[in-house]
Amino acid sequence: MSQSKQHQQQAYRLNTGGRIDRSRTLSFTFNGKRYQGHPGDTLASALLANGVDIVNRSFKYSRPRGIVAAGAEEPNAIVQLGSTEAAQVPNVRATQQALFNGLTACSTNGWPNVQRDLMGLVGKLGGQFMPPGFYYKTFMAPASMWLTYEKYIRKAAGLGRSPMEADPDSYDHLNQHCDVLVVGAGAAGLAAALAVARGGARVIVADEQEEMGGSLLASRETLDGKPADQWVAQVLEELADCENVTLLPRTTANGYHDHNFVTLHERRTEHLGETAPVVNGYRQVRSRMHRVRAGQVILATGAHERPLVYAGNDVPGNLLAGAVSTYIRRYGVAPGRKLVLSTSNDYGYRAALDWKEAGCEVVAIVDAREAPAGDWVDAARAQGIKIITGSAVIEAKGSNRVSAARVAKIDIDAFKVSGPIQELACDTIASSGGYSPVIHLASHTGARPTWRDDIIGFVPGLVKGVQACGGANGTYALGDVLAEGVEAGIRASAAIGHAAQPVSLPSAERLQQGPAVALFQVPHEKPTLRGPKQFVDLQNDVTAAGIELATREGFESIEHIKRYTAMGFGTDQGKLGNINGMAIAARCLGRSIPEVGTTVFRPNYTPVTFGAIVGRHSRDLFDPERYTALHQWHVERGAEFEDVGQWKRPWYYPQKVNGKTETLHEAVARECLAVRKKVGILDASTLGKIDIQGPDAREFLARIYTNKWEKLAVGKCRYGLMCKDDGMVTDDGVTSCLAENHFLMTTTTGGAAAILEWLELWHQTEWPELDVYFTSVTDHWATMTITGPEARKLLAEISDIDLDRDSFKFMDWRSGTVAGVPARVYRISFTGELTFEINVQANYAMHVWQTLFKHGEKYGLTPYGTETMHVLRAEKGFIIVGQETDGSVTPEDLGMQWCVGYDKPYSWIGKRALTRSDTKRENRKQLVGLRPKDPKVVLEEGAQIVLDPKHAIPMPMVGHVTSSYYSPILDSGFALAVVKGGHKKMGETVYLPMADGQTHEAEIVSTIFYDPKGERQNV
Amino acid sequence: MSNAATFDTRTDTAIPVESPLAYSYRHSGAPRGSGYRLKLRERAMLGHLILRGGAIVLDEAVRDVLGISLPGQPQGLVQDASGERSIQWLSPDEWLVIVPGGEEFPLETQLRERLGDAHFAISDVSGGQTLLEISGEAARELLMKTVIYDVHPSNFPVGKGVTTVFAKATTILRRPSEERWELVVRRSFADYCYRWLLDAGSEYGVNVEQ
Amino acid sequence: MFYIYCPYCGEHREEEEFHPKGQAHIERPKEPEACSDEEWGNYLFFRDNPRGVHHEMWVHAVGCRKFFNMTRHTVSYEILETYKMGEQPSITADSQNQPREAAAVSDQEEVRA
Repeated sequence: MSQSKQHQQQAYRLNTGGRIDRSRTLSFTFNGKRYQGHPGDTLASALLANGVDIVNRSFKYSRPRGIVAAGAEEPNAIVQLGSTEAAQVPNVRATQQALFNGLTACSTNGWPNVQRDLMGLVGKLGGQFMPPGFYYKTFMAPASMWLTYEKYIRKAAGLGRSPMEADPDSYDHLNQHCDVLVVGAGAAGLAAALAVARGGARVIVADEQEEMGGSLLASRETLDGKPADQWVAQVLEELADCENVTLLPRTTANGYHDHNFVTLHERRTEHLGETAPVVNGYRQVRSRMHRVRAGQVILATGAHERPLVYAGNDVPGNLLAGAVSTYIRRYGVAPGRKLVLSTSNDYGYRAALDWKEAGCEVVAIVDAREAPAGDWVDAARAQGIKIITGSAVIEAKGSNRVSAARVAKIDIDAFKVSGPIQELACDTIASSGGYSPVIHLASHTGARPTWRDDIIGFVPGLVKGVQACGGANGTYALGDVLAEGVEAGIRASAAIGHAAQPVSLPSAERLQQGPAVALFQVPHEKPTLRGPKQFVDLQNDVTAAGIELATREGFESIEHIKRYTAMGFGTDQGKLGNINGMAIAARCLGRSIPEVGTTVFRPNYTPVTFGAIVGRHSRDLFDPERYTALHQWHVERGAEFEDVGQWKRPWYYPQKVNGKTETLHEAVARECLAVRKKVGILDASTLGKIDIQGPDAREFLARIYTNKWEKLAVGKCRYGLMCKDDGMVTDDGVTSCLAENHFLMTTTTGGAAAILEWLELWHQTEWPELDVYFTSVTDHWATMTITGPEARKLLAEISDIDLDRDSFKFMDWRSGTVAGVPARVYRISFTGELTFEINVQANYAMHVWQTLFKHGEKYGLTPYGTETMHVLRAEKGFIIVGQETDGSVTPEDLGMQWCVGYDKPYSWIGKRALTRSDTKRENRKQLVGLRPKDPKVVLEEGAQIVLDPKHAIPMPMVGHVTSSYYSPILDSGFALAVVKGGHKKMGETVYLPMADGQTHEAEIVSTIFYDPKGERQNV
Repeated sequence: MSNAATFDTRTDTAIPVESPLAYSYRHSGAPRGSGYRLKLRERAMLGHLILRGGAIVLDEAVRDVLGISLPGQPQGLVQDASGERSIQWLSPDEWLVIVPGGEEFPLETQLRERLGDAHFAISDVSGGQTLLEISGEAARELLMKTVIYDVHPSNFPVGKGVTTVFAKATTILRRPSEERWELVVRRSFADYCYRWLLDAGSEYGVNVEQ
Repeated sequence: MFYIYCPYCGEHREEEEFHPKGQAHIERPKEPEACSDEEWGNYLFFRDNPRGVHHEMWVHAVGCRKFFNMTRHTVSYEILETYKMGEQPSITADSQNQPREAAAVSDQEEVRA
């Protein structure tokens, strides 16, 4: 190409034809240069119109690369979009990006830029020295250097980059259900959709292109004697009018999952601008994932043309024959001036005919067949186009653009050049090696594709609930494609119980075609390993020589060859190259293609923006945050929050002291002392609460808990432990007897849902004869725990309940009013202090809480959070399930035999396991207290415990710290831990070697550090 | 009587109450845009009861006391003539009763009297959940973004209700009339649900009625 | 993403509404104390892992909260039937080669083979 063409706008734009609007001009920027195009262009067609040959540098060898295809299969024209940092989008195929005014794009690869590329030197000089496995072999040693190598390799290779600023757009998911999903709206898909839609079934039609119609939009064939796109318009109009039809253009079916669940990625506004537009004041959604559950799926995904593999086939100016036609007929662009076509079949001829009709020069058609015959062949002859038979383009010459084609007779069976070589000057080489059905979605399901010799390609394996038709099924003649589409529609309708209505199809021309020949790699006069590079996978720079080398190094399975050479591992998944690669491997191994293996693809079919995958589940909607009825108060009080499951619980309430905000340590010390000396208040609403009713409720409790329940009287509460049937503790909590047949169970905050399911499991599967029902009332009640020596005085001010210590005893509950609100009050204690747990309907919680504070000031009422709660309960040796226990701890390990009903009549859940030899072992890890020898030391939770710190490493570890805090009331660190045989080691010294080289000493003591007689809860 | 404890958790004095969305209105606001295509309204402080038992046990008592019959078919939702009282099938032995606020305790008491010694359970969950109404032309599409259940009219006619997944939480979704959908969400998840609906509805414009 | 027919709700629902609960038809020994350690260990810890037809227990966790059983093919992932707690499967590894009419799964056919 001459330099001057860069100055002439759209020098390759044809004066007529195509589905573009020449009356409007759009300007865009590519690699810093401004260009113009028209509405209806893709970025790729606009670049070709402007004569931009080099769109990227190749991944490994950094060779200049141009546009090859016109659709999703494009391997080279991968660009980065965005004029601002926030608008950056990596990995966009220029062939799939509609042009809009102001579009800004640059090449993904190329450092420092595509025209002048440092890595190009590596490609030129080092190319011979970068065989497959080069990176593994060269850069892996020494292993420690890989990170250094990787940084530069990645930068040089360039895989696009993510934006470093927040994305201004929103993305979402739409859950769709339909009777029939039609993927692809080309000839087959539209015919199928019509058949299904007329029968009244719910249909979704998804098509990845800017316009529906597929190849019909740019076809030289007619339907009913009229241009095919007229039929497309008519069908789309009818479908759009059907209430039961959803048309989704710009929507790619990317993943096919179990039971006909298909994910579609809809690009809603990507064609309009960098950010989504605002309509009526509301910003639109940029990109959307449709999660479709379909009764039947019709795969009308068409076929990808297969390029021929010849030397220099990666030089810009080498295109697919079909892409050449598409650019001419759909976009009004001739991607060059002088064309040589290399083909193995009749379909390829259309490119030459279109080229000629566009007024450009066809130098020659080179046909691998000895005696091509068919209507298109005849048409080419009639146009006076030179046809060279039994031959192929064996090499493209040129560096930054094709300058000539070397053409020779070839012997396919002997894989050699069999005649003299001639050189034809040209700037464009189009090739066609036939078609590969787009089987990607079907193979996501795990179905193995089937090789068909007659079409020289794989067709989808059989999948229940799926109908493949048209090109996707290896059917290419237009009339047959339409008929197959209708049949697929009828079959799909029948399968979901709908009668499809008859569809009268337009008549397609019946074209005579000659058989194609199976040609993949074109022989060169030099052996593959020594000749110029013949590219198989353009995106990953995999060559025919690389595949041959892999087979010589002993790789036989195509899956291994793929991994060794990286064939098909690019973002294009080797859409163009995989079959050629398999054919080359088959040739080298002397086998047939199906013997070498099949290619299987994974989701996603094309790259999907993370935004669409994430949808709305991001930022503050990433995960549900559960709030109690008092959340507002905690926020206003400046609480720091802790995540407990999905709950946000106040962790501690830092105060400002002399202008300085308290640390966690300072706040917790203050909160702890307030509880021990005055009165504190905790929002305990998050505890799970299960309402249990029925005559067998008591029996059920006795079976599910470790301890006894038969004598718990109305008005009383009891602590219970729950085990799994393996004897390991799984939950605990206080259950109250509300009436003879009515109990309220509390569970741990995190265990609420699981325990309800656990109760239902036993009731529904093992004990359906027990008359009992369980209902979650967790959210109905707000729970406020006031605890400390002043708790009774405070509550007495605002409650009508008799709080006298002898009438309202420890482990009793009473009902009455608190602050005028009906309340159930439980006298239980998790702090060791006198405690009242006030439960009111959650809608009243804020009033009751505020009233408590109104009256509580004079008693020093102090809100405390979960951290203080943990310290206070640990001082009393109360366990937390999930902290002291980890699924391997029995009630006996915890020293809680007092909570085990060994003589209960029913063999309750977990009982039998307690007599297994393993659970009876004396050296099981048992819960003990640890008192650090140095009271200033707060041991690390999780720290390992050893008996002999002088033992050679590895030291035998006998346990670990489960909870450890500083106790303000004891002015000392203290801990709970599990230690092998710990219950018999009271008073012994253990050691905790730390990562920093220090070793802490601690004494094994009782788990109860404070008020061992339990007098304080009874003041 | 069923030997269960009943407890009227509601008080009729002038004590202030806070709906599950009280925090959300303060924190996220209540947009009142123009040209909106979605309306959102919380129906707070209603009476919610969970009824457990066999259909045969409960049916007659419910009809006698409430004047509407128990939906026996899965996913059934039945309302009285005023639309103020409803019963929804949740499970073969579980129903959700929603009545005007304050009616739930007398209703529970009457049902317990009427059911006598039969095996059943009634739990008051009025403080634990709230009802959100969604209407407007974009209502169905908003729901498609939000719940995984098929809300197409052919699958979700008026008089149906399901328990299903709401974004990453759960909800009861019901369709009491052609134009109106109802979500019953748990109190602790209400703010998440509210923020989700505002966000998902932002492209259509949302009007929140308080 | 399975599409599961809940035998209690009487319709297909999305997998997100369900939790798998392991192998079906594991019965707790009626007299645990009469079991040897080995028998109890087998009940607690040992489960089948067949290639092919398998019976599993699931719960419609976000839905009717009922437990039920499922006959599922572990290779194709096809759900051959679901049935209520207490019922027996109509399809087993042995019966699998018999005609499909034997299985009462007419309303669950849109799953892949």
